[in-house]
Amino acid sequence: MRKLIFAALVAFVSSSPALAETPEQRGLAITKEAQKRSEGWVDSKVEMKMILENSQGEKSERNMRLRALELISDIDGDKSLTYFLSPADVQGTALLSFTHFTTPDDQWLFLPALKRVKRIASANKSGSFVGSEFAFEDLLAQEVPRFTYKYLRDEPCPTDEAKALSCFVIERFPTYENSGYTRQIGWTDKKEFLVRKLQYFDRKSEHSKTLHFAEYRAYQGKFWRAHKLVMENHQTAKKTTLSFSNFELNAKVDQTEFDPDALGRLR
Amino acid sequence: MAWTAAAQATPIDVSGYVAAEVRIFPAEAKFARQHENAFSPSMALQPEMRWKPDGENTLTIIAFGRVDADDSERTHWDIREANWLYNAGDWDLRIGLGKVFWGVAESRHLVDIINQSDLVESLDEEDKLGQPMANLNVITCIGTWSAFVLPYFRERTFAGSDGRPGLPLPFDENLATFESSDKERHVDYALRWQERLGDIDVGLSHFHGTGREPRLMPTLTPSGPVFAPHYDQIDQTGLDIQATLDAWLLKLEAIVRSGQGETLFAATAGFEYTLYQLFETTYDLGLIAEYHHDGRGSDAPFTVFNNDIMAGTRLALNDQDDTAVLMGAILDVETQTTLATIEFSTRLADGWKLEMEGRIFPYVANGSVESNSEREHTFELRVLRYF
Repeated sequence: MRKLIFAALVAFVSSSPALAETPEQRGLAITKEAQKRSEGWVDSKVEMKMILENSQGEKSERNMRLRALELISDIDGDKSLTYFLSPADVQGTALLSFTHFTTPDDQWLFLPALKRVKRIASANKSGSFVGSEFAFEDLLAQEVPRFTYKYLRDEPCPTDEAKALSCFVIERFPTYENSGYTRQIGWTDKKEFLVRKLQYFDRKSEHSKTLHFAEYRAYQGKFWRAHKLVMENHQTAKKTTLSFSNFELNAKVDQTEFDPDALGRLR
Repeated sequence: MAWTAAAQATPIDVSGYVAAEVRIFPAEAKFARQHENAFSPSMALQPEMRWKPDGENTLTIIAFGRVDADDSERTHWDIREANWLYNAGDWDLRIGLGKVFWGVAESRHLVDIINQSDLVESLDEEDKLGQPMANLNVITCIGTWSAFVLPYFRERTFAGSDGRPGLPLPFDENLATFESSDKERHVDYALRWQERLGDIDVGLSHFHGTGREPRLMPTLTPSGPVFAPHYDQIDQTGLDIQATLDAWLLKLEAIVRSGQGETLFAATAGFEYTLYQLFETTYDLGLIAEYHHDGRGSDAPFTVFNNDIMAGTRLALNDQDDTAVLMGAILDVETQTTLATIEFSTRLADGWKLEMEGRIFPYVANGSVESNSEREHTFELRVLRYF
């Protein structure tokens, strides 16, 4: 029975707008379906390698260990913990983020040399994360209520990996304060509802960046994760590549790891 | 045997840095006993070792040493940390030499009291000596509770007789006196509670034991007058609050201390406001202002922060090299004596870092307590190699 309803829903969201559904309703319905399919991973552990590349092709590397805790709630989004392994001078630094839907997010930074936990302003959504082409807001949990949506069209998926698939093209508009974007356009495939490409439009509504998602693999048969993310900045010709390894979902992460008072014992 | 097998399976993580430093003193020393080298080089090494045999246990050892060309007291070494941590999730226990930071302010750390300051390293009281401790932390739904038993006291370090920046009289730690007959073996206790109440973080702490700040007692010795440190028994209650509102951080630290003459009250209140992506660049500019009040009398250790205003800026370029510049000035409201500071840091290459620091006195009032420091402008240039 559940399967039948599910199939009906998929048919519903992927069918033509025969039911006089507005593009806004359709965009939201597709995003909710994608969200619903990705729920239930509980918590995760993963290692991330970040390679920054400037317009001359010079590269520098950062390595991080990420932990995330899934929260299914109307008020609070996921919690995430980023622990720096390199560059060597920032090894042991940790950043803890709690996302919320209606109130500002909470963020704490642990500075290992001083053994100091500093609560920092979360207003810095559009700033660069550790000098990369990713802004803080690009890496925070992409929770459904953080945007409004508009379905644009269907077209073949734009990445090599998904070129056999058809994609929904959905425009989304940030609803949270201090975003550096007026809008984003995403390509979500119709088979697994995975985002394959995301275009970012800056405050002047210029197409500033494009994020490519690749090397999707499923965990426990249903939780799909991209293992390679490439962010291109069209204005500066800089590029940042994220490579993920050793994903663990339902990893039984101790919840106290997400307590700001416990940041000092990570290293 | 299983334990041995596990031990072999978990490698010991070795890291740390080696640093080459030159300190520059552009003005001649005030006192004849101080060295006269405008360029004063030194080398420092901080090796760190960590071993995690399993998810609960961590062994940490951090040593520090410096060899200084001109100041024999600055040629020194210390074990910053040598402790075992047992992490049970809701609670943890740390035993050994450890380091703890309390507080929220930037220009003065009033509430922070567990570790002794290593003033021969830096006058900003952010370099600390390893403190012997047993520390239990319990995370509960009504905040985190921390209890400390501190069985041994570390004496504060100062520059040597010939060192710079220096004191008006040479400092002689061998003449240290203590209120407690147990001297440095007096067992100190501390308790702290901290909790998050929405946008507000609150910490409340109490310390009972040997005060970390010595009174400097002028003492006549056969080789001339010196400062001998005297360490009192004190009780200090501290409060620290930070409200985090959009791009604003509002901060308050306050202490009440008894045991050094009349009960004293001191407070630091201020804010940090950040302008993100200044003028549509990637730069962030933080504006910092703090006011210091300290009501201590002449029976308490001397402080420069009796009635002072600090204003500063923190510029972060958010580039690949994490380049940042911190500039500030501390003005004494009564005497107008001013200390200006600048700190710059950037990554030169992977594993290499450059740091520059400057402390200058643009104006020192005649007869003020800082008048002994008026020529002690100091610039530091440091290259660090992390491993």
